[in-house]
Amino acid sequence: MSAALTDGPARASWALTGLMRGVLPVLSVLMAIIAIWYGASMMMNRAWTLDQMQRQNIDMTPIEIIAAAMTQERPVLPAPHQVAAEIWNTTIGEPIMRERRGQMQGNPRNLIFHAYHTLWPTILGFAIGGFLGVLLAVGIVHSRAMDMSVMPWAIASQTIPILAIAPIIVVVVSNLPALNAAVDQGWISDDTKLLVPKALISSYLSFFPVVVGMVAGLRSPQASDLDLMRTYSASRSQTFWKLRLPAAVPFLFTSLKVSIAAALVGTIVAELPTGARFGLGARLLTGSYYGQTIQIWSALFMAAICAAALVMILGALERVVLKRMGARA
Amino acid sequence: MVQPATALDAATPGPVIAARNLDLTFATNDGPVHALRDVNLTIDKGEFVSFIGPSGCGKTTLLRVIAALEHPTGGTITVNGMTPDAARIQRAYGYVFQAAGLYPWRSIEKNIKLPLEIMGFDRAEQDRRVRDVLALVDLEGFGKKFPWQLSGGMQQRASIARALAFDADILLMDEPFGALDEIVRDHLNEQLLTLWARTGKTIGFVTHSIPEAVYLSTKIVVMSPRPGRITDIIESDLPRARPLDIRDTPEFLAIAHRVREGLRAGHAYED
Ligand SMILES: Nc1ncnc2c1ncn2[C@@H]1O[C@H](COP(=O)(O)OP(=O)(O)O)[C@@H](O)[C@H]1O
Ligand SMILES: [Mg+2]
Repeated sequence: MSAALTDGPARASWALTGLMRGVLPVLSVLMAIIAIWYGASMMMNRAWTLDQMQRQNIDMTPIEIIAAAMTQERPVLPAPHQVAAEIWNTTIGEPIMRERRGQMQGNPRNLIFHAYHTLWPTILGFAIGGFLGVLLAVGIVHSRAMDMSVMPWAIASQTIPILAIAPIIVVVVSNLPALNAAVDQGWISDDTKLLVPKALISSYLSFFPVVVGMVAGLRSPQASDLDLMRTYSASRSQTFWKLRLPAAVPFLFTSLKVSIAAALVGTIVAELPTGARFGLGARLLTGSYYGQTIQIWSALFMAAICAAALVMILGALERVVLKRMGARA
Repeated sequence: MVQPATALDAATPGPVIAARNLDLTFATNDGPVHALRDVNLTIDKGEFVSFIGPSGCGKTTLLRVIAALEHPTGGTITVNGMTPDAARIQRAYGYVFQAAGLYPWRSIEKNIKLPLEIMGFDRAEQDRRVRDVLALVDLEGFGKKFPWQLSGGMQQRASIARALAFDADILLMDEPFGALDEIVRDHLNEQLLTLWARTGKTIGFVTHSIPEAVYLSTKIVVMSPRPGRITDIIESDLPRARPLDIRDTPEFLAIAHRVREGLRAGHAYED
């Protein structure tokens, strides 16, 4: 009886402690970041405010100075609430589509519209890169020649700064006769054509983590697991499909999560030298042309949100697949 | 099923496994390791043969040579009158490893189907065989479970079921119950004998345990290390039907005594 009486509250408080344990650290870190951010923004923007005060020869109280430093139009470092407001205004506060010359089109004032233009090449590039990565890993694991020859090149490819080769890829790809012919024939639109170099650069960055992860995964079966296959006189392809590939699945998901983040970075970098008008990279670029720091920061946050969303989708897929493969709940 | 087997027996009389002057040396970084020296052994159809000896005496290596997982550096060995590799391609044996080695991403049922899929049995036949062998090892109703949901003893039984599923005539088992506690082990030993009696398979069984070897075997091969070699081969005259309490009979104890002597002799040889 007394046990039952104490049990309820004890359990509730235990659950509460558990919740606090999970949420409190996250919250306190978030608070700390925002506080530091406000402090830094205050320090970095104050000079301009003081300068303006002197020029216009007006007096301001310290509180007024702080308020002014937090509400500049082009601050050196925008305050958190300014970025938040900008993100709100350019997503919820703007229609995604607008009418232009009698047609409904995407609205370039909307950040979601730009995110969309970055996400598609990212997903396409990720698909190409992931597929290529798996293919290369299969080759490397099954052929000693490929192991010796492909891996060094794959590593070398990642040591070249992407910023250096992105313009080259953009110029070469946008002048490909086949691509231009396809546009002329009306098979693909100009917008789609712009998507191709972005996706390629994105796949250039995203194939590598998959190669490394899949090679490790395909080589993860123990000697005894492989011996079992030998006692059945299993062929190499049977050993691949029934042992190496399933054993590599957890490795695959881990590397895909790294890979999709790299794919997003690749697309954004690819948008910088293309003079792209749409996309988060384009948004960063125009922001820096006009000193629109708030716009730059909100584009950066949007990119982070996209990356987090993509990684979370893969994480959910991972849980479903691994559960079906008998992983402990 | 019975008819072709008899025909085959008539066509290939003689031992199931015959090793003559078998030698195996591993080349390692620390120089050669003489794992097997001058091994001579004959195993007839339907025998239950145990290999016993201290660790490192080449029991696993010998079993792996029979299974064509290792290749001897000297001497000859035949399985069903052919090379071990040829016998393996003809699905001559099922192999049970020391660790159950079930693939964790396959259910018990799917693990047992693994060899059947590889050997190209059709779906209906796969299902039928899975049902049969699950019953044989007393695991009915556990087919849909994943390996981690089963105890160690049940996992090892599933691994035996997997080795039985494709009806090989020879069953090679490398310390299959080594990691299990004694009560589970006794139970599995009883079951293994029942299974052997029912199927008439030829069994090669590696063990550390003298009572286990004597209880199970019709022939006990005593081995000793450095270099790995056979020091004694004991034909057991115990009846084939063996309740667990046969272990207290004088006949049983006499054989156990002789095994112990053989192990001790191998040890003294070394000093
Ligand atoms: N693949 C291998 N490479 C090198 N040495 C090995 C290998 N396998 C076994 N050995 C050596 O051969 C000897 C016999 O090993 P093993 O057959 O596993 O003994 P047991 O099963 O009786 O304990 C040991 O000295 C062991 O270290
Ligand atoms: Mg061993």
